[in-house]
Amino acid sequence: MNAIKQLFGGNTRQFGMIFALVALIVFFQFMTGGVILTPDNVINLVNGYSYILILAIGMVLVIIAGHIDLSVGSVAAFVGIVVALTMRDWHLPWYMGIVVGLVLGALIGAWQGFFVAYVGIPAFIVTLAGMLLFRGANQYFGKSLTVPVPTDFQFIGAGYLNEVGPDTGYNNLTLLVGFIIVAALIWSGLRNHRKAVALGADVKPLWVTITKLVILCAVVLYATYLFATGRPGTSFPVPGIILGVLVLAYGFIAARTTIGRHIYAVGGNRHAAALSGVKSKRTDFLVILNMAVLAGLAGMIFVARSNASGPSDGVGWELDAIAAVFIGGAAVTGGVGTVVGSMIGGLVMAVLNNGLQLMGVGSDMTQIIKGLVLLAAVVFDVYNKSQGKASFIGLMMKKLGGRDNPDLAVAEPLRDAVRTES
Amino acid sequence: MTKTSVLESDTLMPSANPIILQMQSITKEFPGVKALSDVSITVRASEIHSICGENGAGKSTLMKVLSGVYPYGSYDGEIVFQNEVCQFKDIRASEHAGIVIIHQELALIPELSITENIFLGNEPTKFGIINWDEARLRTIELMARVGLSEDPDTPVKEIGVGKQQLVEIAKALNKSVKLLILDEPTAALNESDSQHLLDLIRGLKGKGISCIMISHKLNEIEQVSDSITIIRDGKSIETLDVKADGVDEDRIIKGMVGRTLESRFPEHTPKIGEVFFEVKNWTVRHPQIADRLVCKNSSFNVRRGEIVGFAGLMGAGRTELARSLFGRSYGHYISGQIIKDGKEITLRNVPEAIKHGLGYVTEDRKTLGLNLLDDIKTTTVAANLDAISKRSVVNLGKEYEVAEQYRKQLRTKTPSVDEGVSKLSGGNQQKVVLAKWMFTDPDLLILDEPTRGIDVGAKYEIYGIIQALANQGKGVIVISSELPELLGISDRIYTIFEGAITGVLNKSQASQESLMKRMTAAKKSA
Repeated sequence: MNAIKQLFGGNTRQFGMIFALVALIVFFQFMTGGVILTPDNVINLVNGYSYILILAIGMVLVIIAGHIDLSVGSVAAFVGIVVALTMRDWHLPWYMGIVVGLVLGALIGAWQGFFVAYVGIPAFIVTLAGMLLFRGANQYFGKSLTVPVPTDFQFIGAGYLNEVGPDTGYNNLTLLVGFIIVAALIWSGLRNHRKAVALGADVKPLWVTITKLVILCAVVLYATYLFATGRPGTSFPVPGIILGVLVLAYGFIAARTTIGRHIYAVGGNRHAAALSGVKSKRTDFLVILNMAVLAGLAGMIFVARSNASGPSDGVGWELDAIAAVFIGGAAVTGGVGTVVGSMIGGLVMAVLNNGLQLMGVGSDMTQIIKGLVLLAAVVFDVYNKSQGKASFIGLMMKKLGGRDNPDLAVAEPLRDAVRTES
Repeated sequence: MTKTSVLESDTLMPSANPIILQMQSITKEFPGVKALSDVSITVRASEIHSICGENGAGKSTLMKVLSGVYPYGSYDGEIVFQNEVCQFKDIRASEHAGIVIIHQELALIPELSITENIFLGNEPTKFGIINWDEARLRTIELMARVGLSEDPDTPVKEIGVGKQQLVEIAKALNKSVKLLILDEPTAALNESDSQHLLDLIRGLKGKGISCIMISHKLNEIEQVSDSITIIRDGKSIETLDVKADGVDEDRIIKGMVGRTLESRFPEHTPKIGEVFFEVKNWTVRHPQIADRLVCKNSSFNVRRGEIVGFAGLMGAGRTELARSLFGRSYGHYISGQIIKDGKEITLRNVPEAIKHGLGYVTEDRKTLGLNLLDDIKTTTVAANLDAISKRSVVNLGKEYEVAEQYRKQLRTKTPSVDEGVSKLSGGNQQKVVLAKWMFTDPDLLILDEPTRGIDVGAKYEIYGIIQALANQGKGVIVISSELPELLGISDRIYTIFEGAITGVLNKSQASQESLMKRMTAAKKSA
C-alpha cells in the first residue's frame, strides 16, 4: 500500500478518481465484451466528450476563484448559431468563422465578467441571467431553426489526423503524436526529478518516478495503438488535439504562472490576496472572460461535429462541466482544484455515460447513476476528512503531486474536529 | 495591583472548596502527534482556574476533551465532574452536565437578535410554538446578570465584540452552567471591556460558578486567577496557588517556557537616521457612512531605523489609518499627503503601495493575512511573485530557495516549506507572514498587532525580527493594544483617539499612564 501511496500524489479524491476511472473501464470492458476499448468506441468517446472537457478546463478556474458559471451551455449555443449564420449569410471562410466565434465569446465574457468583478454581483446570478439571455439570443437569431455549417468548418469537430507517409497499417501522424508525448513525458519526468534532487527538496525515490513514467507511457502507447487502428479514415480526432493542447496550456497556466497563482490566491482568501497586492477584480474578470471564450470554442466544435447549429445545443452542458470539476477534486469553497483533476472527473462521467449506453441502459437510469456518482465522490472526500484522515495519501506525500486538498477545504464545519491545536 | 471590582468575593476560600472537576491522566493522540500526555487538572468549586501554556502546548485540546468536542473513547484518562465519572459523547452532553465552553471565535449568529441567540437550540416552547415573550423576559433578566443593557431585540451584529462576549456568557448562564470555560475571552476586547468581563467572571465565582480560563494575557491571569495549571508540550507541569505562592507574571512565564526569560524584549540599541516617511493631514472617511471620518487630519513621521508605536483603544482608528495609507485598502480617501524620501507619492492601490516600498502585516492573520490553503513556500513569495518569475512564469526552484532562506533566517518551526500554513502554530504563521513582507524588501513595514495570539517565546523572537529590520535602516510601525509591548519595543509612540493623533512620546517619556491618558484624553474633555 505504501508503494501505491508513493506513486500517486495529489489529493485523495483525485487519486480515488483515477482508480474509479480504471475500475470503470475494466468493469465496462467486461460487461460489454470488450467493446469499450475498441478503436471506434474510444474515438467516439473523444469526439463526443471533448467539448465538455474543454468547458471543464474553464470551469475549474472559475470554481477555484470561488465563482460558478451557469451560462456556458447557452453561450456555446449562441456562439454556435452566430458562427453558422455569418458563414452562411456573409460567406465567411471557416477560419474567419472561428475568429468571429472566439471574439464573440470574449465579448460575452467581458460582459459577464464586468458585472461579476466590477459591479460585484455574484457570478451565480450573472450567469443565471446569461443562461436565459444567450439561450434566447440563440433562438432569436436562429429563428429556432437548424443552420448548417460548411464542410471545411466541420473539420474542427469531426476531422481526423490525415494519412501521410508510407502505409504502415497504422495512422502515421497518430503514431508520431503518441511517440512525441512519450518522449516528452520521459524527458520532463526525469528533469523534474533531477531538479528536485538538486534543490534538496522532499524527493520521491527514483523508482517511484520511473514506475510512474512506465505506467504513464504504457497508457499513452496503448491509447496511441487504439487511435491509430481505427476504421479507415478515422484516427486521432481533431477535437482531441485541441483539447490536449488546451489541457497542457491551462495546466501550465494554473500551476506555474503568476496569473494562476492569483486565481488560487483569490479563491483561497480574497482579502489576503488583495492585501498582498493581487488585483482580485482583474483576476475575477479574466477568469469569467476566459470561460466564455472556451464556451464559444466548445460550441463551435459541437456545431462542427453535428454539421449544424440548433436551438437546443448545449442544454445542460454547464452541469456536466461543473460535475466534472467537483468529481475531479475541486472544493465548493474555492481555492482548490486542478485542470488535470477535472479532466479525470470529466472522463469518469464520459466513460460512465458511454459504458452504460453500450450496455443498453436507458437515459433514465444513466442520469440516476451519474447523480449518485457525483454525490458519492464528494461524500467520500468529506467523509475521509471528517475521520481525520485528511488525505491518507497526501499525508504521506506532503503534496508533491500538485495542490493538495487540505483538511478544511470542503469540510469547513468539520475543521475544528480535524485539525490539531493551532 | 488595584482592586477595582466590588463584585469580588474574598470571603470564599477557594482552596478549601470542594473539588468540582478532576481530569486525570488525560492522553490524546492525533495521527503522528501526542497532543496531550498524562495531563491532570483539578478545579474546585467557586474558583477561577487558569490554564497557561505556549501555543501548541495542548490547552485547547484539553478543553475540547473536557467539553466533549473529542468524544469519550477518543482519548485516554478519566473525567470526574461533580463526583460523577463523565463520558461525554458530544458538546450537548457536556452542556447538559453544566460545562459550557465559550470559544475564542464567538458562536453567535450575527443576523439574529440577542434573545434569539441566547435561546438558540433551547427555545422555550408551548405546544411546539416558541414563547417569545417569556424568552424576552428571561433575556432581560440574564442581561442584567452580566451587566448588559441593550434592547433584547437588537441584532447581535449591531453590538460590539465586548457586548457579544457578554451575550455568550448570558447564553451559558441560561444553560445553568456550573463550570464555564473561556478560551481567550479578552483577546478581541479593549481595556475597559476586558476589565468588565473579568469583573463579571469574579462575580460569577461569588455565585458558585467555577471558571476555567485560557489566556495569553498574563497580567489578567495574575489578576483574576485563584490557581493556575501550566501545560508545556502536552504535559501538565505544575499547579500554582496564586495567593499562597505569590505568583507573578515572571513566575508564570518561567513555568511556560521552562526557563527564566531574562527579559521579555531583546536588547536593542536603535540606529535612528533621518525622517524618510511623512504623512500630512491624512483624512479618510468610513467606507459606508458618509459623514463619519475614521482618520482626522492625522500627521506623523517615521525615521530610518526607527520603530514607531501606535497606541489606541480598539476602534480608535489605528488599523483604519494603516490600511488607508496602504494603497487605500480601507475607507474613502479625502485628503492628505504621503511624503517619502522628500517626494510626495500617491498610492491608489495595494500594488502601488508595495512598489513604493510599503508593507502591511494585518492584525487578523487568518481572515486577512493568510490563505490557509497555501503552503509555506507559496505564501512566502505571494506578495512579490514577479521577483521569482520570468515572463509571468513562476520559477519553482527559486520559490523553494527563497522560502528555505527565510525559514532558516526566521527559525520557523516546520518539517519543510511544503507544509501547509494551516498546520503551523500562531507564532510560526506570523513568521511566514513576516517572511512574505520581508521578501518585498519594504522601506516601511507596518505591523498591526504583530504578536496577537502568540506565545511568549515566539513573541521574543518576533521582537528580535522587528529590531533586526529596523537595524537595516527600515522604518517599522507597530500597532498594538498591549501597552507593555509598545513600551518595550518602540522608540517613539503616537497615541490615537477617535481617528485623531493626540500625542507623541519618546521612549523615555512614555509610561502606561501617560499613554492611556492620551488614548482617552479627548473623551474626558468632550
